[in-house]
Formats: sequence, C-alpha cells, structure tokens
Amino acid sequence: MSRLQSIQEFQAWQANLEAGWDGDKPCLRVCDGTGCRALGSQKVLAGLRKEIQNAKLDTPIEVIGTGCPGFCECGPLITIYPQRISYQRVMPEHLSDIVQRTLKNGEIIEDFLYTDPQTGEHIHREPDLPFYQKQKRLVLDMNGKIDPTQIEDYVALGGYKALKKVLIGMTPEQVISEIKASGLRGRGGAGFPAGLKWELCRKNVQKVGTGYIICNGDEGDPGAFMDRSVVEGNPHLMIEGMVIGAYAIGVNQGFVYIRTEYPLAVENLRNAIRQAEETGLLGIDILGSGIDFNLSVRLGAGAFVCGEETALLASIEGRIGEPHPRPPYPTESGLWGKPTNINNVETWANVPIILNMGSQEYAKIGTEKSKGTKIFSVVGKINNTGLVEVPMGISLREVIYDVGGGIPNGKQIKAVQIGGPSGGCIPAEHLDVHIDYESLTALGAIMGSGGMVVTDEDTCMVDFARYFMTFVQEESCGKCVPCRIGTKAMLGTLERICAGKGQPGDVDYLLELGEDIRRSSLCGLGQTAPNPVLSTIRYFRDEYEAHIYDKTCLAKVCKGLITYRVIPEKCTGCMVCLRNCTNNAISGARKEVHSINTDLCTRCGVCMNMCKFKAILVQ
Amino acid sequence: MIQLTINGKSLEVHEGRSLLEACREHSIHIPTLCFHPALEPYGACRLCVVELVTGGRSRLVASCVHPCEEGAVVNTDSEVVKRSRRMTAELILAGSYNTPEILALGEELGVKEVRFKLPEENACMLCGLCVRACKEIVGVSAISVIQRGIAKKVSTPFQVASSRCIGCGTCVLICPTGAFKFTSVIGLRYISPSESAYRLGYYRVGSELDLHPNFVEDVPALLSGSSSGEEA
Repeated sequence: MSRLQSIQEFQAWQANLEAGWDGDKPCLRVCDGTGCRALGSQKVLAGLRKEIQNAKLDTPIEVIGTGCPGFCECGPLITIYPQRISYQRVMPEHLSDIVQRTLKNGEIIEDFLYTDPQTGEHIHREPDLPFYQKQKRLVLDMNGKIDPTQIEDYVALGGYKALKKVLIGMTPEQVISEIKASGLRGRGGAGFPAGLKWELCRKNVQKVGTGYIICNGDEGDPGAFMDRSVVEGNPHLMIEGMVIGAYAIGVNQGFVYIRTEYPLAVENLRNAIRQAEETGLLGIDILGSGIDFNLSVRLGAGAFVCGEETALLASIEGRIGEPHPRPPYPTESGLWGKPTNINNVETWANVPIILNMGSQEYAKIGTEKSKGTKIFSVVGKINNTGLVEVPMGISLREVIYDVGGGIPNGKQIKAVQIGGPSGGCIPAEHLDVHIDYESLTALGAIMGSGGMVVTDEDTCMVDFARYFMTFVQEESCGKCVPCRIGTKAMLGTLERICAGKGQPGDVDYLLELGEDIRRSSLCGLGQTAPNPVLSTIRYFRDEYEAHIYDKTCLAKVCKGLITYRVIPEKCTGCMVCLRNCTNNAISGARKEVHSINTDLCTRCGVCMNMCKFKAILVQ
Repeated sequence: MIQLTINGKSLEVHEGRSLLEACREHSIHIPTLCFHPALEPYGACRLCVVELVTGGRSRLVASCVHPCEEGAVVNTDSEVVKRSRRMTAELILAGSYNTPEILALGEELGVKEVRFKLPEENACMLCGLCVRACKEIVGVSAISVIQRGIAKKVSTPFQVASSRCIGCGTCVLICPTGAFKFTSVIGLRYISPSESAYRLGYYRVGSELDLHPNFVEDVPALLSGSSSGEEA
C-alpha cells in the first residue's frame, strides 16, 4: 500500500480495516510462536492447509499462524473459529481427522480437548480454559488473534490508535504526565517509574538537542520468554509504544537491542518495522505530522550482561559488552554520550495500552505502588508451563494453582524462584504473597523481568542455587573483581557441598561472600548474583546443613551424596536395567538378582526409571 | 566549590572531582589497583570503595568513578568499607597468590587467610591499565580484554602477534604486577632494550622491525607511581 500522508488518511484506512475485520470469521488459528514451532507447529500449519484444500469444503477456511497465546504446555495449539474450539497437542497425523470430523461434520473430538486434571471434564472452548480465567491480558491480548506479519491485522484491532490520539491533540508533556499518572514501572527488573525516566531524559534531550531511545530486548534469564513472545506475536504494539515515546521525549532515532537467539522475533520485528515505514507510521514525517522517528534493530550475541543497560549501550556502540559505573546515568549520558531512554519490551508495549484506556483506568489495575499487569513465564515443576499475564497484586498461590494448574504428579511445592538468576526463591509458606515490586523484594526475591521457576519436593535447593550460580558465573563479564572471582568462589563452595565435601563454616563463608559481592560489585549483574544463594540459605538452611554435616541430600539429587541399590526381594532379573546402564555398572544374569557397582555408577538414575518392578532404590 | 563531609570532617573540593581525587587532595588514603592518574578511571578492582550515606541509606561506591556531589556524606574507613576491601583483596589473592605486590596489598588490608584459590596462579588481575594506556595515551589499541568472566584476559585480536603494536612498552611499564611481558603482545618479535631498561625510562630501541618505543619518556605521568598504582 502507499504511504499514508495524513492522520485523516490513517483514520480512513483504519475504519476500513475495522469494518472488514470479523472476529467470528470461520478460520483456524494455529500458534506459530517459538514454543509451538519446537513442537512441530510449522508442519501442522502446512499440513492443515493441504488437508483443507484436499477436503473441498463448502466454504473455504483460512489457516492463520499467530503469535504465542501462552499455553505452551499444550502446544501445538489450534483454535477453530467461530466456535473457538481449542485443540491441543495437535500432531501432523491428527490433521485429517480434524478436517474431516470437525470442519466437515462439526464433530468435536474429545481427544484433543483440554481435560481439567481435577474434575476430568473436557473443556471445549478456548475462553473457558481455566488457564485464562484469572489472567488479565492487556499486552498479550492480540497474541493468538492476529497474524504478526500483517500490519493490517493490528490496525484492524485498534492498533496505532494511541499514536493517532497523541499526534492529534497531546503535547509531549501531556504524554509524559499520562504515563506518570498511570504508575507504569519498568518491567525489566528494577521497576523504575517509566514516566519519571522519560521526563528526566526529555529535559536532557532539550538541553543537548539530541538523544536516543532504546528497547531492551536482551531477555536472558533461564526459562524466561516474555519479551520474545511479545516481539514475535505482536511487534507493532512495542513499535507503537516507541514512536509515542520518541515523540514525548523528543528524539528521532531509536534502537531495538535483541538477541540473535531469537530468530523469529528478529524476523517479525524487521518485517513489522518495514511495514510501519511503508505505511508512514515510522520514518520521516509520520502521518504528515512533521515528526520523524527512525527505528533500527541491533542484534546482541547473547551475553546475559548486555541486558544491563550500560553494557547494552557499549554493545550497540560496538565496544565490548562491559558495564560502566553509573552515574552518569544513560538519561544524562548514554549512547555516544547523548541522553538515552532505555525501557524493555514489555514496558514499551504497555504505552499504547495506557494511552488507549487512559491513565486513570490503567491505574485501577494493581496495587498502590505497582500498577497494571505483568507477564510471567511460569516454568519448572508446574502443570501449565507457559506465559501468563496477571494483574499486579494477585497472589502467588493463584498464579501457581489457578492459572498454572498446580504441581504435576501430586507432588508438594517447595519454592518458587522469581526474577531469574538475579532473584530469589519464595518458599511454599509465603505463597499467599501478593505479587508487587515491594512485597517480592521484602521476601528476598525481585520482580525481575518475570521468570518464575517452580520447584517441588524433588528439587534440592542447594543444587538449585548451584545451577543459578553456574549461570551467573559463566555470564559475568569479568570486569570487576567481586563478580568475576567472587561468583567463582561461591560456585566452588557450592560444588563442594553438593559433592559431599562441605565443611563447617561453608554456609557462613557463602553468606559473607554473598554480602560482599552484593555490596561491592560494579553493575546489577554482580549486585544481584548472590541472591539465589542468599535466599535459599535464608529459607532452606537445613538443606545446606544436611549436606554439610549429615552428608545427605534430602531431595536425593546431589550425585556425590546418593547411591543406587537393588532391592533383592523385588528384582526379577529381567536385565532391563543392566542393558540400559550407561556405564556398565550393573551385573547379573537372567532371572538372578542384579547388583550395582557403586564405583562405576554415575548416578544417572536411568536404571530406576527403567525398572518396572520398583526394585531400585536411591539413598 | 562543593561542600562534602568525609569521615566526619567538612571539606571543600572543586566541582568535577571524583571522590578518590577529593580524598587524595586532602591526604586521605584509599587503596587502588586499577586507578592511574593519567588514565580514565575504570572502576573494576573495587578496592577504592567508600561508604556513601544518602537519606539514611548507606551504599558502597567506587570512589575512582563516583563524582563529588554537594552535601555528600562519605566514610572511607568504616567497618563496612574495611570488610569489603578485605574480601576484595582476598578474592584478588585467590588468583594472584604468589604475586608480591598483591601479597603486600593483602597484608595492608588485613587478609588473614585466602579461603578460595583458583587452580592457576596469574599475576594479571585484569586491572586494565595496559589496555587503557595503549588506547588512551599511545592511541594504538593493540590490546584489549577478550572473553568474559573467569576466562577473561588481556590479549591482541585473535590472540596472534599484533601488527598494530608499535612496541612502545607502555603496557609493560604500567603493569603493577609485572604480569605483562613483551611477548604478550608482540609474540616472537625481538625487542631491545630489555624490559628492565624500560622501567628505567630508556627509549632508544633497535629492533629488527624498527619499532619506535620512544613514547614513554614523553609522558612523565606514566612513570610516576606506575608500579604501585598509587598517585605520586
């Protein structure tokens, strides 16, 4: 289409698209996000199109690939419109069944429906799934509805309306005061009020005459994929937020820093930027308003530290991804020494939502100091692994049990790690905590960017802390001493404890070291790196002490502290464990009791998993 | 002029000074490793941390990079500062446990025992002085830090003998622990005079590649206190 020259032209275009959009149009929406792709959604998409073509239906049915709606546990996901029947875990071999029985004959196939684990009831329609009941989907609203590669879909559902509103009748100051009034705080970790940051940056931009805005898409926490799904599933939302931000702050160049490991997000983002430029919503003279804003993509090579804003700036400038001390803050002296406003993907994506619904309405969601919604990626020992967007102030218990569907296999929850390697764990006794910035910090965790890892009784908290310490130790940039050597020292101590070589005084050493790294490191990575260890010591010190003094791992995880043994009364001599042992540590003959050579045993647990007679015991 | 309180004493300093500069102007001792008056501060060794009290909250900041702010309350010798410096020195010793300069530093800061040691001893503790001198003063940038975390080290691009290196010896001269050797940069090139000659301030050179390391003498700042990192 041709470039829109004025706001009137945009209005006419949008009205046209809105009128042409039929939310109940018969179609199949298939999640084509990274999670479902990994489970085979590309084959499902192609297969469906082929099957539908071959089936010669009375009315043609379109197949649309959408962004991730969040229910990753049950992917690949298909929703059949207009009824909104939700089919889950659909594989290529199921497709002819779906086309023949459901599309042709209107039959609902129960095998593909979601079954409520508590009641055993089949749930037919997507909106009735318990997973979505307690969510409040503002940012993720269009994920699952629109085709992220088509700007028309976004505009038809009200996209770029907020930008229009701003260009027609709001001064930059009014936009900033609207964001301030909404109470929006940065969704990337520290929770700094976004409106205040914009205001500071605007002042400096006016002084210097130039500046930049940046979208931080360097999401790197293990198990976190909020930002990826927003960029993949609805890139224009974030772009619209940035255009509004550029207008409010008074800059005309922006960058999106996103990691190369997110190829689909990069592809959809680049496509969306091109479309926005072609339609006149980005670039020179946006919608004839005289405002210019150019947006470029910068790819990161996947260093966790580059999510730290000063390291991110260095990386964009082409220097080594090392943080530098603040002050000066980026709002004073950022990219190439110019004032720079950095927000993460989710923060930018909230901007059009706030302007559309009004700051008053937005501020009604959430708690006194934490407004709006937050997206969490809920992973680990949980039934409904996926992305959830919930209002601030919801209790952690509701997220885990009502949205997340509880813990698999009837196990007991032990703790929830919030905020990734910078965060801490919240033990089961604090599950009723209301999720907001202050409450989480008081318990030793942080909101972070929204990673939530659930652990159950089979998780060893020392081993869990060791995992996160391995991560930060590998991801430390190595510039400052406490982070570079301190995290290595902490990891070394944890490894020793896990190997059964813990000594009295180790816990105190970890606490002392952790406190020093926290206080004296240069950047946020180091200052938060000890958190997983400090918080597990705070709540699970008994597990540490059991490792050190009793030489036992209560969860039976730490390989240095467990042995596998055959229970002679139960062993039938079937040879299954013997054949599957990875290190030939099991001996015995057919129909004779087997035995495990503990010197050769690598404690991989394969024998126990393979044994049908529960004849193998771990101690 | 800016008013601030250091260790309970009210002091006046020029605007734009770092806390470290202000302290040294008033003869308040602060240990440093990665600081050199001729170079941009780096904030990496964390030995120069001081306690900054604002609004009833205290935090540690690296004095070499933290600017003096009006009304700031700073402690350079409080228990929390001493504890932090002691732990940082212990961590540096974890990697450089046989280096005389670092051992002396550990002693000065009260390290009694080194509870963790890296498997390999390395006198280089990544203070970055060599890299910054090469970039900021020589203007060559022949060396940089490569890799990250515990694997981080100073090297030339692709870890091969650098054609950018002019053999001036500044890196060797400025290294506080003698970890930087000529061969670190120029590989197998033959260099004369000897390393010790550079430390004496010689600048004549006669190598087969006709390098021109006459730079050192022109920059007296580099020679002053280069081996300890302390200001002259």
